[in-house]
Amino acid sequence: MAQAAIELIGINKSFGAVRANRDINLEIVRGTIHGIVGENGAGKSTLMSILYGFYQADSGEIRVGGKPASIKTPNDAIALGIGMVHQHFMLVDNFTVLENVILGAESDALLKKSIAKARSELERLEREYGLEVDPDAIIEELPVGLQQRVEILKALYRGAEILILDEPTGVLTPAEADHLFRILKQLKEQGKTVVLITHKLREIMAITDTVSVMRQGTMVATRVTKETTVGELAELMVGRRVLLRVEKGEAEAGAVKLAVKNLTVKDSRGVTMVDDISFELRAGEIVGIAGVAGNGQSELLEAISGIRRAVSGSVMLDGKPIDLTGAADPGELRDRGLAHVPEDRHHVGLVLAFEENENSILGYHDDERYLKGPFLDIDAIRNDAKDKITKYDIRPADCRLKTANFSGGNQQKIVLAREMEQDPGVLIVGQPTRGVDVGAIEFIHKRLIAMRDQGKAVLVVSVELDEIRSLSDRILVMFAGRIVGERSPEASEGELGLLMAGVEQREAAE
Amino acid sequence: MSTPYAKLPAWADYGLIPVINLAVAFVVAGFVVMLVGENPFRAAVILVEGAFGRGQGIAFTLFYATTFIFSGLSVAVAAHCGLFNIGGEGQGYIAGLGIGIVCLAFDSVLPWWLTFPIAIVASAAMGALWALIPAYLQAKRGSHIVITTIMFNFIAASVMVYALVGFLKPPSSMAPQTRTFLEGAQLPKLNWVIELFGAKIRSAPLNICFLLALVMALLVWLLIWRTRLGYEMRTYGHSPKAARYAGISETRIIIIAMMISGALAGMMALNPTMGDQHNVALDFVSGAGFVGIAVALMGRLHPVGIVLAAILFGMLYQGGAELAFEMPAISRDMIVIIQGLVILFAGALEHMFRPYVQALFASFSPRSVGIEAAKGKGA
Repeated sequence: MAQAAIELIGINKSFGAVRANRDINLEIVRGTIHGIVGENGAGKSTLMSILYGFYQADSGEIRVGGKPASIKTPNDAIALGIGMVHQHFMLVDNFTVLENVILGAESDALLKKSIAKARSELERLEREYGLEVDPDAIIEELPVGLQQRVEILKALYRGAEILILDEPTGVLTPAEADHLFRILKQLKEQGKTVVLITHKLREIMAITDTVSVMRQGTMVATRVTKETTVGELAELMVGRRVLLRVEKGEAEAGAVKLAVKNLTVKDSRGVTMVDDISFELRAGEIVGIAGVAGNGQSELLEAISGIRRAVSGSVMLDGKPIDLTGAADPGELRDRGLAHVPEDRHHVGLVLAFEENENSILGYHDDERYLKGPFLDIDAIRNDAKDKITKYDIRPADCRLKTANFSGGNQQKIVLAREMEQDPGVLIVGQPTRGVDVGAIEFIHKRLIAMRDQGKAVLVVSVELDEIRSLSDRILVMFAGRIVGERSPEASEGELGLLMAGVEQREAAE
Repeated sequence: MSTPYAKLPAWADYGLIPVINLAVAFVVAGFVVMLVGENPFRAAVILVEGAFGRGQGIAFTLFYATTFIFSGLSVAVAAHCGLFNIGGEGQGYIAGLGIGIVCLAFDSVLPWWLTFPIAIVASAAMGALWALIPAYLQAKRGSHIVITTIMFNFIAASVMVYALVGFLKPPSSMAPQTRTFLEGAQLPKLNWVIELFGAKIRSAPLNICFLLALVMALLVWLLIWRTRLGYEMRTYGHSPKAARYAGISETRIIIIAMMISGALAGMMALNPTMGDQHNVALDFVSGAGFVGIAVALMGRLHPVGIVLAAILFGMLYQGGAELAFEMPAISRDMIVIIQGLVILFAGALEHMFRPYVQALFASFSPRSVGIEAAKGKGA
């Protein structure tokens, strides 16, 4: 039997009445890649935070390398050889790679010695693991995949034997993700232990040796990856059978509902984010926009929904122009039948401090259904909210509950219910299932397809390629602010991945 | 993963925690009193008796509270829209100009019940106008409202000196204040209400502005939680991005919220001028605009909380004056220290004891802090 790198025995952790971890037992074998999967809120991050010293367990024991360990701060964890790569990078953007690597591990007051040491150490790590990064590059000038590599280097530089990665591929292109997996395999061959937290079952199948499934704070199963299937893991995660791909019939595309022509949008720094984009969206079809995050999709959505001013270009809604470069505002577009589910539901689509019913009218609060003169018609608003709660199975079914207390999936349902129930002609959806659990994903996808079947025009932007392929009738791929190709959903993942990485465009230019 | 958040039952949230904060403030203040060699328990008794012991004290306490309710509401309305209006002092002061002009013009021809509404409108309009310029600068130019409103306090002070010395004061007078208003601009007292309960009052300035303050508290509650405008203000206050998404005009909502806030600050000037001194004098606001910030914070930006917090600060003002009189070792400055401690613990350190109270609740009754109990008050 191989030796255990980490053993967790009977870990419990509660936040108030919420039991985030209940009696967790987990053994991670040295020199393996161990996956941990579970829905949002299943307790994966809490468990890893306990292991990394952010939280203290209420009870239970942690053993590292067979010896009981007391991990009170991240420094304790680092001393024990545990390193963590966070979902959101902890890097100083305007520092160089070297400076970031030594940050917090400087050997004395002057940096010269530390930098020299780090430089030679980085060269060694680069040779051993293929972790190539220019040590003098400024972080903010590096692509996301390389920034992540710096995070891994940081952990290794501090002598990590056990590396925890939290949702590492969320921001990567398929090609970058593949490269990351090669690095992880190399780390494994050198005897390091890798813990991979993710909700993407495909990655688990591709790279891990063992996989543990968490559900509602408990560890429900541990499987040898080779002996399990995606279907079984999904079922274990949700506790029931789920459809990973929603069935849908052929699209019957009708009249053009939204025609975007030569649209150009700049961000607040004046950088062109959407560069001369044109496309059409027809009634009865779902068009998906694929692309790696940060290639202009967000700005495109914001411009079409009136939140961000466009620099130039024209947009026709139902054959009539809307002035996206001037006076159009989200309220006007709503009145004209364009509904928008924004990417960022926490800051844009919802006001988390509001009660559920207050959010169910956001943007439609000037609709006379909800008003009595200048006053809000509280009864009408609450009854309306209750109807939506029933119809969209929002839980808990309490329209007076603060929105922050709903789970991610239910928050998204609140937004979707609000926008879909207005019966819009055009629905624009950004990241429909980001941070949403598997059960709710199925529900949301079915609703979007039902909208399409009612003859609505639906535009979906998502960084989840699987989602785009499963929902869309046509796929547009965005790269560096341009639409670099249109494909059918049957196109292979490899082909779409190359487009998303801008490869074909570069070749064409040569 | 979302942060698990244990919520307290409403009674603990709105009742227990402020009481704990207040108690700690008084304990620390007690040590300060001990430090100057006085008995803190006797001091506490004098303070409370001075404020609530006799009809006279109650009337003074409520008189001070009246001003603080207005200034507290002013801060709260702006805060609900995410704006920190610390210009209540200046908005209230400049409103004295409007009140002065109205009263000097009409006090000889109109009865008080006609002068009063005109003066209300004048004070609110002056306060609103004084807030309009910072609001416009914030909305259109991005000039920070905290900086501009505090600068406008100084401008207001200078303008008022100019006005009082220049044209408001009677030509023959040496004092920088208007002549005493005639009966047509003197508001009726409310002391008889307290006397109904058997208390005796020699003379106290409590007047019908107190009722106006309560009406405004109700109107502010309606505005914030029951109108479309209040909904838009709260949306912008919590999340400007969500407001943009909802089609709420940033410029419009900032200007409207600040003007309402300024109008409420302006109305606080009615109480000391028409209600008490019957003139407009130099520095008649004397810090009440700043006390409003503490009142609003302590009252958790809710009108009911603001009324209660205003009464507490009224008590500190009135009881503090008695204390300074009874205990010579305790000077006026000591009273300011005690008020400062209350502001510190109730306002600035408002969340200091919350985690402990939550842990306590969670330990003996996990259900009570669960989601089931999350129905807050205040709609």
